[in-house]
Amino acid sequence: MKQDMEKETEQNVQQKNSKVIKKLMLIVFGMFGFGFALVPLYDVFCDITGLNGKTNDVAAVYSAGDIDTSRTITVQFITRTAKGIPWQFNPVINEVKVHPGEMKFVKFYAKNESDRDIVGQAVPSVSPGLAAAYFQKIECFCFTQQPLQANEEIEMGLQFYVDLELPEEITTLTLSYTLYDITGKVDS
Amino acid sequence: MTTDVLNDHDSHEGEHHDDHKMTGIKRWLYTTNHKDIGSMYLWFSFIMFLIGGALAMVIRAELFQPGLQIVEPDFFNQLTTVHGLIMVFGAIMPAFVGFANWMLPMMIGAPDMALPRLNNWSFWILPFAFAILIGSFFMESGAPNFGWTFYAPLSTTYSNGSTAFFVFAVHIMGISSIMGAINIVVTIMNMRAPGMTYMKMPLFVWTFFITAYLLIAVMPILAGVVTMLLTDTYFGTSFFDAAGGGDPVLFQHIFWFFGHPEVYIMILPAFGIVSTIIPAFSRKKLFGYSSMVYATASIAFLSFIVWAHHMFTTGMPLFGELFFMYCTMLIAVPTGVKVFNWMATMWRGSMTFETPMLFSIAFVILFTIGGFSGLMLALTPVDFQYHDTYFVVAHFHYVLVTGSLFSIFAGAYYWLPKWTGYMYNETLGKVHFWCSLISVNLLFFPMHFLGLAGMPRRIPDYALQFADFNKWVSIGGFAFGLSQLIFLVVVIKCIRGGEKAPAKPWEGAEGLEWTVASPAPYHTFTTPPKID
Ligand code: HEM
Ligand SMILES: [Cu+2]
Repeated sequence: MKQDMEKETEQNVQQKNSKVIKKLMLIVFGMFGFGFALVPLYDVFCDITGLNGKTNDVAAVYSAGDIDTSRTITVQFITRTAKGIPWQFNPVINEVKVHPGEMKFVKFYAKNESDRDIVGQAVPSVSPGLAAAYFQKIECFCFTQQPLQANEEIEMGLQFYVDLELPEEITTLTLSYTLYDITGKVDS
Repeated sequence: MTTDVLNDHDSHEGEHHDDHKMTGIKRWLYTTNHKDIGSMYLWFSFIMFLIGGALAMVIRAELFQPGLQIVEPDFFNQLTTVHGLIMVFGAIMPAFVGFANWMLPMMIGAPDMALPRLNNWSFWILPFAFAILIGSFFMESGAPNFGWTFYAPLSTTYSNGSTAFFVFAVHIMGISSIMGAINIVVTIMNMRAPGMTYMKMPLFVWTFFITAYLLIAVMPILAGVVTMLLTDTYFGTSFFDAAGGGDPVLFQHIFWFFGHPEVYIMILPAFGIVSTIIPAFSRKKLFGYSSMVYATASIAFLSFIVWAHHMFTTGMPLFGELFFMYCTMLIAVPTGVKVFNWMATMWRGSMTFETPMLFSIAFVILFTIGGFSGLMLALTPVDFQYHDTYFVVAHFHYVLVTGSLFSIFAGAYYWLPKWTGYMYNETLGKVHFWCSLISVNLLFFPMHFLGLAGMPRRIPDYALQFADFNKWVSIGGFAFGLSQLIFLVVVIKCIRGGEKAPAKPWEGAEGLEWTVASPAPYHTFTTPPKID
């Protein structure tokens, strides 16, 4: 009699245990998934807020309209080559002045200084990050990969405008390009 | 709490604890007994503590004077990385799991942990994780050299080839922690003796309960982020690779979303231990028990919304900096509640100063110093200066060494009589305490000033003006390292014999664990005690 009761409670406890375990495992898998969900969430969040200085990666459409001549924005260009890419890469002019709403065209120079063919990819970033959402690229070499044969050189164009809505306190933007060697990734 | 103990351990028949009879190595390999597993965790963590400490000794020897003397910069990076990983995942965390295993069932009047077999597994996979991690020193690649925070792209694009081993080791540690945490939650929820309601549980039990939830919530995030690291390094994904459209800053967000709760995983159990010991040696009840419970819970909650205080210099917008600054400072409120409660517990108590109490009092004072430097770091504008300097190193060693580690020492001295059945040598214990106390401050306090003066962390060489302070810091380091051998002697002597310990060796101690004999019999509370 007593043993029966003990058995029963033991079963009870086991049922209770597995219920709790199941719930906890749900949290475990949920949080594992949440870790991965953070990746697209972060992208969306940054897209909306421009937090990480990423600019548009699809060409913006420019329609000639208002130009706010009361404001002049300085746009500076800087370039950097990531470790391991033997290219020369620099802006042709270092900065331009532009009114919000006005379209500008600038050039960047690149030369493959090695004796092998390399595919490059330039990744842009705007500082201050909050300005990224207002920096609109109409045409950019960074939209595509850039293959250069050994010792080949090229001038690459960037066409852009600064949005009229750019917050008042921002008067200078820095557009930075980092150039990566993606030959390996393209091949495979 | 009055208790009626019916746990005479011969009174149960017809039970089949086969592990009881095994001998030799098999007993330890197959054991499902919470006390055996607790002991193994504690010994494992102590061995890891010595290995991690040995690495730190090499670091301090290199930093004894400016210039490069003993190790190459790349090897120096491996030393700091593995030192950090071993101390966090190998020394501090397993030590707390050891305490949980030993004490939780006895404190809630349960015969064992709820899931004994899982318990065996979660311990026995740990040595493999650390064999891989430490073994990587002897591989061609060398050990991980990207810091215990393994920021991408250091651990991806610029990895020395150790990333795969590192990821594998972290996965095993994570699985072990998750299984351990599930066991703790199930035990506390389902195995409490009749009458022990949640608000009657000792605070020790509460802190482990909340910590286990934190582990269950954030260890999977760690597993996720190292998986992304692995695929970025070896399978061509671009989670953190800007060239492929990813963002290295995202790594830091995910890592610290795990990382900040992780630091509370390492301190909440310490709060529990100290909240047990201070009342015992003040001969008073813990002041403000329920406020302690709520403070612990709110610290755990807040720990999820402060992670970016590690990232102030990554170029966050002003709003983000303000948000994370204020949230971080908010944590000081529940933490302050705890410190004041400990002080109020001691206030007008009839205090005595045995070794556990000495370590606990040192904990309260020195942890608070670490909290204050934390508050300074939480101020965004000044963090721009302090970030990645020795000031940060000073901060987290005050909270982790004089915080977490001191609480572990305090708890070990407090329960050693229960574990071994003998009293430890009080004189040697006090020698260990005073040697540790003096050397630890010589070791870590000057680091504050080095950091304020601009000495960067994780660099094997430094400017000449830092030479004097570094010499003293290194001397403190060697002294602290040696002092820990005293602890080893105390423990071994205490296991071998000594004055017989009564069931309750501490006059003011409370809790069910003191109602059973010393040493605690292999099986306790096979019949639950009655609590009213
Ligand atoms: C009063 C509460 C605390 C505050 C306000 C605080 C604040 C901070 C801040 C702002 C940093 C970043 C510093 C920087 O990198 O520039 C930091 C770093 C750190 N804190 Fe705390 N902290 C507190 C308590 C703790 C506790 C209790 C622990 C662990 C037991 C801890 C462990 C760490 C660690 C390990 C780091 C350095 C991580 C690394 O970069 O390697 N902190 N803390
Ligand atoms: Cu933190």
